Amino acid sequence: MTYFNHLDKYAEQIALVDESGADQTYAAILADGDEIAAKIGRRCLVFLNCSNCFESVTAYLGCLRAGVVPVLLSTSLDPALLNDLLDNYRPTFVFGPEAMFRGRDFREVFRFREYLLAATGYEPDYGLHDDLALMLTTSGSTGSPKLVRQSYRNIQANTESIIEYLGISLEDRAITTLPMHYTYGLSILNSHLASGARVILTEASVTDRAFWKLLREEQATTFGGVPYIYEMLKKLRFETMETPSLRYLTQAGGRLDAVLLRELCDICEDKGLRFIVMYGQTEATARMSWLPWERAREKSESIGLAIPGGRFWLADEEIEPIKEPGMVGELVYDGPNVTLGYAESRHDLARGDERGGRLFTGDLAKCDEEGFYYIVGRKKRFLKLFGSRINLDELENLLNREGYLCACTGSDDQLVIFFEGLDEQRAQVELFLSERLKLNRGGFKVRLIQAIPRNEAGKMLYAALPL
Amino acid sequence: MNNLEKYNATFIEVFGVTVEQLSDLTFQSISQWDSIGHMQLIASLEAAFEIMMDTDDLMDFNSYDRGKEIMNKYDIKI
Repeated sequence: MTYFNHLDKYAEQIALVDESGADQTYAAILADGDEIAAKIGRRCLVFLNCSNCFESVTAYLGCLRAGVVPVLLSTSLDPALLNDLLDNYRPTFVFGPEAMFRGRDFREVFRFREYLLAATGYEPDYGLHDDLALMLTTSGSTGSPKLVRQSYRNIQANTESIIEYLGISLEDRAITTLPMHYTYGLSILNSHLASGARVILTEASVTDRAFWKLLREEQATTFGGVPYIYEMLKKLRFETMETPSLRYLTQAGGRLDAVLLRELCDICEDKGLRFIVMYGQTEATARMSWLPWERAREKSESIGLAIPGGRFWLADEEIEPIKEPGMVGELVYDGPNVTLGYAESRHDLARGDERGGRLFTGDLAKCDEEGFYYIVGRKKRFLKLFGSRINLDELENLLNREGYLCACTGSDDQLVIFFEGLDEQRAQVELFLSERLKLNRGGFKVRLIQAIPRNEAGKMLYAALPL
Repeated sequence: MNNLEKYNATFIEVFGVTVEQLSDLTFQSISQWDSIGHMQLIASLEAAFEIMMDTDDLMDFNSYDRGKEIMNKYDIKI
């Protein structure tokens, strides 16, 4: 059974606290969530606008408890891209702030605090598989139609595993640093709610004084961060901050620089905190590995060990397991949290499990004698931009569709786009990337190139680009 | 380049805005000035003026105008 159907036992506990310090008990959010689900009234698809607020979390729980399938979407999704997703998936309802409905012919059904539930009027011409619990986007705000299909069993297995290795208890209080449509943010929410713990909801970032005030006042015991957040913490001189309630910190969403990791281990040791590095993907629900904090300093390049219930192995070119330590192969993960598969449109939602509990991660890795894994490269062309995965081929296609011929390359947090066009158009490309796709301006560079190098078959030669 | 020009050029470079937009800029008033953009702005200003800002100033730096006052504390007259 899944955790969200067993939360009544925590009824009197406080589940959520928001920026104003207002709180909600488990009993209150379950009652409110169930009311929203009752207005929906049947198993169907719902687009759920995700912000760190009572509305989104309450509706999320209500949907899962009632067997309604939410697609968790970023608040900052561009309206045109949201339209594409609506056309492609035809959800029966949408739930979000009024702005999400502006200019659309949706019928308001119910109002919950600041959010509306609206019926879209789409006639469903597709089925929903019984195992399907929810869907997440593969790349945040770029509006890619590709969604990850997660089952009830996936969510339950990963949540139990995370609670076990992090030792989350009823006493914990997690403060949000990540959005809940993002798999890492969602896993923090799931693992704390399943433990009867408290989640402190805020949209403030660590660079905001309000975040630290809330953290102290509400006595947060933990938060998670992608590499960029930890770079900010270092710059903010986290070591000088008063944070007596904190118990441990987690890090995922990309590889942390080994020097910074060791510095953070020192800072956390001085502050009496545990620092836990983890690795995962949306395709594995959230988490696949964790690095036990006592070993973090000596194994600073490692992603650690597979989480409880999961197993790693390395595949050679023939997909045979590599036995010798130190040899590089594709990292493969077997476990109950491996998701069902992808969806490219609503017609994929009737599909069941296509992976059989095995995920080929696309990362190249090696393993040491003690069984610790190390990522050494990537098989597929993607990079991480401030924690979000950017598929470079998909991005090229998006730019192409807009009429911009580009070759996308670069490294984590530094995307480089070679644009075969005129200097006058460069600003348009930049605008498309920052305004439409919501890519952070400091994260990419658009460079002009006369002709993108290609082989005789017309395939782009990325290695020949003048990086 | 004088200090004001340098200060302006940093905002324009980091956020991709025009000089006309500068005086109205506040934290989160444009999508580029989010927390990531904020750290990039601070890093660029520190590099341009060869200073190191305190944590408090870093968090208080919430508008184009307020930033000028903060720069003043580091003997950068704008």
